[in-house]
Amino acid sequence: MPAANLPASPGKPEPPDSPYPVGAGCVCPQKARFSADMILLWCVSLCGVVSAGVVGLVLLFVLREAWPALAEIGLPRMLRDTEWYPAGEVAEGSFSLWPALAGTTAVTVLAIGLAAPCGLAWAAVQHSGLPKPLAVPQRRLMELLAGIPSVVYGFWGLTVLVPLVNAWHPPGASLFAGGLVLAIMILPTVALLAESALAGVSPEWIRGAAALGMDRWTTLWKVSFPAARSGVISAVLLAVARALGETMAVLMVSGNVARVPRSLFDPVRTLTAQIALEMGYAGEMHRSALFAGGLVLLLAVTGLVLLCEWMDGGRMSAAPSFWRRN
Amino acid sequence: MSTSTRLTGSHRLAVSTGLLLCCALCGCGNPEGGGDAEAGRIVVTGSSTIAPLMAEIAKRFESRHPGVRVDVQTGGSSRGIADARSGLADLGMASRSLKDDEAELLAFPIATDGVCLIVHADNPIEELTREQVIGIYTGTISNWQAAGGSDAPITVVNKAEGRSTLELFLAHFGLEARQIAADVVIGDNEQGIKTVAGNPHAIGYVSIGTAEHDAAAGVPIRLLSLAGVKARVSTVKSGEFPLSRTLNLVSSSPPRGLVKDLVDFARSAEVHDLIEQLSFVPLVAPEREPARQAQPGLESASATAAPY
Repeated sequence: MPAANLPASPGKPEPPDSPYPVGAGCVCPQKARFSADMILLWCVSLCGVVSAGVVGLVLLFVLREAWPALAEIGLPRMLRDTEWYPAGEVAEGSFSLWPALAGTTAVTVLAIGLAAPCGLAWAAVQHSGLPKPLAVPQRRLMELLAGIPSVVYGFWGLTVLVPLVNAWHPPGASLFAGGLVLAIMILPTVALLAESALAGVSPEWIRGAAALGMDRWTTLWKVSFPAARSGVISAVLLAVARALGETMAVLMVSGNVARVPRSLFDPVRTLTAQIALEMGYAGEMHRSALFAGGLVLLLAVTGLVLLCEWMDGGRMSAAPSFWRRN
Repeated sequence: MSTSTRLTGSHRLAVSTGLLLCCALCGCGNPEGGGDAEAGRIVVTGSSTIAPLMAEIAKRFESRHPGVRVDVQTGGSSRGIADARSGLADLGMASRSLKDDEAELLAFPIATDGVCLIVHADNPIEELTREQVIGIYTGTISNWQAAGGSDAPITVVNKAEGRSTLELFLAHFGLEARQIAADVVIGDNEQGIKTVAGNPHAIGYVSIGTAEHDAAAGVPIRLLSLAGVKARVSTVKSGEFPLSRTLNLVSSSPPRGLVKDLVDFARSAEVHDLIEQLSFVPLVAPEREPARQAQPGLESASATAAPY
């Protein structure tokens, strides 16, 4: 049993002067400062800092670009105005973020409302011992679904789904169509991540449940899901983040009218679609107002990621640190 | 043992050096834009309407000037104007005339393009009056029956805020952006055509060139006549079609060297076949020396008369 924990070949004990850290707490040898390990460590850290720095720079850039709008129009007016006509002068135009915020929220809620139950059900079925000839092709199909580019979904939505919805309830390009396409797109995220969270549940617990005479449903509901809770919630939250950020497919099927939707079949505009549609053509203040919308989106996604982290119980911060000296 | 340790060490060193190099390369990047015309690289950015045409012209220009690279990027007329102004691009592309606050720029018209209303091919409507178009777009006419069609709700397809097609359409019909009651807002021409082709009760407006090309290719759309003039590339060419616009190259200072060669080439008869191939309309007689603000030149080029 102890051999399994050793990094080197089992049976041959680690030499006492090994430069490698043993166990969780790093035991850094005296000569560490000049060893290849330390050089690698510095390089990797540098890369890490650079990539984190890029995120910081993106945030700063978006803030800088949004600043004219935040300063001259102001967030209160962006929330108080009722319409989005940003092309004119600051005094005449109206710069409400509500229509796009409402659109983004509505489409995302609809998409996750459809995708989460389906994805979780799929993960549960995969988890509870589907025969292999069924499970493997199903899994491959789900992975394929994850790999299809979003513009393909959008094109399918525009040429197939929207005309169908239109025949049923015009104008077709609507909140309903957008939510449906988005649900199909985020389904693999929910399903695959939830499945891998369920796969992480200790088999001993499952066997224990079987030994107690629980049926499959009870095992799933009372053992597997509670044990994989944080992973499953992360799966859903990451899917929400993806839904918030999706642009092309939603732009093609949801109508993009900047108006708060009143029904499922009203056209809606998301923040991402708003930016994609208008950025190339926007003048000074218009452009800045679009960046303000982008900032809101960035903050929303940041909030979701933080929530995700928190749900994971701060596992990251508990990881052993290489830098810790003893 | 010590040898093997050193080996692993140097291996790791190699890895870390590689990583460092990666970092350095990422960090360096390539200072984008700011085309260096002297070194044979010309950057052209702007209108997505002109970009496909400009790309073709650039290809032909490159084949005649070995060693020259013309980089065409899209992003809309506003970007073309902003980039020409800031010097990020050697030339900007703008599918509209210059506005008053852009008077310091020079515009070189290269072609004209008409904008027409389109409906689904199954829609019996052939032509709409000015009042009917205004009624449909402002929402006072919401059923095709009121415009002489079958009993079905109208799906109004509008362009996104800031697009030059929208500005041209609004100006022609004397409308304001706020008055439009749209059901679908679209970005580029192709998206508009796909939306109308997929919805028998939709009406939209797109570039005539693209619409005529797609209709000929079997896409189920019909181009509506305007004020009794058929929406065809030929009527835009003859100047009869009332809803047309000029496609311009924009620059902040009088072009020199290779850039001047490119502008002259784009305005010469040598590219007329390319312009027609992309369903735009060549200018009849390109002006040699564009006037500052180029408005008179522009108007005479598209002598079309849209009375707005």
